[in-house]
This record gives sequence, C-alpha cells and structure tokens, in this order.
Amino acid sequence: MKALSCGDAAVLFEVGTLDEAVALAAAVRAAELSVVVDVVPAARTVLVVTAPGADLGALRRTVSGLPVSDAAVTREADPVEISVVYDGPDLDEIASFTGLTVDEVIAVHTGSGWRVAFAGFSPGFAYLVDGDPRLQVPRRDEPRTRVPAGAVGLAGEFSAVYPRATPGGWQLLGHTDATLWDTDRDPPALLAPGDRVRFVQVER
Amino acid sequence: MSLTVLATGPRALLQDAGRVGLASIGVGRSGAADRAAWALGNRLVANPPDAASVEVLLGGLRVRAERNLTVALTGAPAQAVVDGKPMGHNALIPLRAGAELALGTPDRGLRTYLAVRGGIVVDPVLGSRSTDTLSGIGPPPLEDGVLLPVGLTPADHPPADVAPVRLPEAGPAVLRFVPGPRDRRLTAPVTTTWTASDRSDRIGLRLTGKPLHRTDDAELPSEGLVRGAIQLPPGGEPVLFLADHPLTGGYPVVGVVRDADVDRAAQVRPGQPVRFRQT
Repeated sequence: MKALSCGDAAVLFEVGTLDEAVALAAAVRAAELSVVVDVVPAARTVLVVTAPGADLGALRRTVSGLPVSDAAVTREADPVEISVVYDGPDLDEIASFTGLTVDEVIAVHTGSGWRVAFAGFSPGFAYLVDGDPRLQVPRRDEPRTRVPAGAVGLAGEFSAVYPRATPGGWQLLGHTDATLWDTDRDPPALLAPGDRVRFVQVER
Repeated sequence: MSLTVLATGPRALLQDAGRVGLASIGVGRSGAADRAAWALGNRLVANPPDAASVEVLLGGLRVRAERNLTVALTGAPAQAVVDGKPMGHNALIPLRAGAELALGTPDRGLRTYLAVRGGIVVDPVLGSRSTDTLSGIGPPPLEDGVLLPVGLTPADHPPADVAPVRLPEAGPAVLRFVPGPRDRRLTAPVTTTWTASDRSDRIGLRLTGKPLHRTDDAELPSEGLVRGAIQLPPGGEPVLFLADHPLTGGYPVVGVVRDADVDRAAQVRPGQPVRFRQT
C-alpha cells in the first residue's frame, strides 16, 4: 500500500487491486477514526478525507496498520434483480469488440453474478464487478453529452446503471425501468456496496 | 414564513455545512463554497454552527423581513441598503418587520452570505439544506417571490456587533498548495499566472493560460477527488475543484490547495489572475 499526498485534509492510499481497495475502505470505515469525515474507494485507491487540522502522518500510520480482509466484501442477501431491455445503441460495437454475437453478449451479461464494488460518479451510481471477463470493453472515444436515466452500460471491468441523465462515456447495452436513486426513499440508493446483482432480460 | 425573496440576483442558493460522509452512496459534500465566510455569518448572529444561509452570487439579492429579524452579511462586500440606508458587512443588521434589504454588485469577491438569526429552516435533504448543483440534491435554487422559513431565535446572544475580516482579493489571488498525488505527471511546476474563466461555477474554478504538459498520457483509473484538487485535463489548463466537485475523477490531480485557501478560491471572479504557491 502506498500513501500519496492529497493536500492538508486527506490522504490517498493506492493499492494493487480493486478488491484490496474495497476491503481497505471497509476497514477504514469500521475503524471509526474520529478525524475521518469520509472514505471514497475507487478502482485502485481509497481516499480518506479528514477534518481540517488532522495529523495526516498519524492517519497514514494508523491506516497502514489496519487489518484488511482479503475476502471480497459481499452482503449475504438475495441478489437484486434488475430487468433490462437490451436495446442499447452500442450493442453491435460491444459485440464486435468482444468477438461475441449480440445474443451472446446478452447471455453473458445476464449470466454473470455481479457485485457492487463501490459507489461514485453520481448519487446511486454503483460500480458492478465480478462480470464475465469477456465483457471488458473500453469507454467510448467521445463521451455522450447525455446518457438517459436507466441506461445500462459497460466500461473496463465494470457494468453500471445510470441513475439519472448525465453525460457519460460508457458503452450502452440497454435500459431498465428500475429506480436506482430516489432521494425520498430510505435508503435512497437501490444498490449498496457488497450487494449482489443479476440482470434479467425482458422484452419491451 | 419570515423572509421573502423579492429578487435573487444572478443566482442565490441555500447552503450549510453540506452532507458529510455519504460517499458510499455516491453523494458528495456540497455546502457553502466559502466556508469561512458562511461560518462567520452564523457566529455573528449566534446561530448553531450548521445553520443554513443564503449564498448570493454577484449580489443583486433583495429580501423583505416578514417579522423582526437580525441578519449579517459576510463574504463578497456587496453594498447593502435597508430601506435606502447603507449597512455594513460583517456586522449585525436589525431588520424590522416589513424592512427591505437590497444588495448591490460587489466590487471584489463573488459570493456574499446572508445569515439570518435562527437560520433558514427549509426541509433538509439527506441531513443538509445545501443545494448540490452537480447532483441536483437539496432545495431548488431560490426564485423571486419565494418565502423562506426562519428558525427559532437561538438562546445564545450575538458575541459582538462587528467582526474584523480580510476582504477578498481584488488583484491576483495567490493560493497555497501541496503537490500530489500525481505531480510526477507534470513537466513543470504549477507556477504559471492563470486567469479565472467565466465557465467557473460551484463545481470548479476553471483556469486559462499557457497549457501545462503532462509527461505521461496513460489513462489513470478514476480516483477520489477532494475540494481544492488541481486537476489537469488533457488540454493542460487546470480545474480547481470547489464545493460541488464530483466524488471521483479520471484526470491526474497534480496538487491540492490548502483547505483554508479554497475559501478564497471560491471568491475569485472571472477574469481575475490566479497563482499557485507551493508549500
């Protein structure tokens, strides 16, 4: 683990894999350190944000010494099922990039046992991992200025559903009517880190 | 209902300390862009430290008190008048029921805070009354004619009538920063004099000037961003992230402005020069 300077009120910890990042974030949260105000895991890093004036040297030492489980963080609940109409504008491109047919892309996407690694980008946006490795595709060269709410996409090792209309560069497979984010719901996010997710194909 | 917004000016939002600790559901902190000015306003009127105030962009706000109120203005020094009579900033201002407070355009700084004794008590969203302009979470931007509820008068009494403060810079803003986490991707230190772009907002201060070159064009996996992060997109003109910054970003962050100086960055006007000083 490497601790990188990130100003006077945060430290960025860099690790080797996504699972390590997720496990480290869980360990930092579980430690309930009084100076920590937020923890932001990402693909290879965990950002630990502190109150102003915190002793960052002490924080580095504490976090480096935390026991980190190497087991993937999974919640023991039934998978959340998300119904998808596979009519996305990038289906053909995903098929040609992966060497699969469109039907095979859909079969592999619905056949994968996805898991929420972390949230980010926008409220309720959950990065899903553990998909079939054949589904790894690059982002689009030119991001779309508007991806509609409910769009289901792929990028790198991740799949995700856009909770609301935002700009975005992911390759789009289809769309769902599921509400990923509702501020008036408790909890507002449909998916939490550790949740398992299955995509189910439906016709329009 | 205790305060009527007669005119918002270019933009007026409610802001408090923001939503802390919700990154796990994808929600950023938001909150007052100039936290020091916002906090001073609450101290002047003896509010609880997390009370919501009005964040006014480039003045122009007009409000009417619907009952006797005590308010204070902090941040950008927009000329203030109450029923035609000039009023000072960083000081207690009594408003009689029916009195009108109007702000002119500040000659320096960008954001003025109107703190009301008792706080603005619209319904909080996820524990905060801040409008997050990136995610859309929180109360909507204020509109002409809206009525704002003011909370109960706090038990504490205002500690002073007036607070000494340093005005926002009119000339170049010099912001202290710490290099990293991705400073190795730079060919030269960030010592250029930049100009604040008019495309700046609560998400970030966009800077224009001679582009910096990255030594390494490899894409970085997205990683967490902090308020104050100096991010270098492929074009080489940095973005300094402010209160409504995204939680994560994929372009390298070459330095982070010190927490206290981000408040001053939030007062930088379009066209104003900006320099970074390494500490």
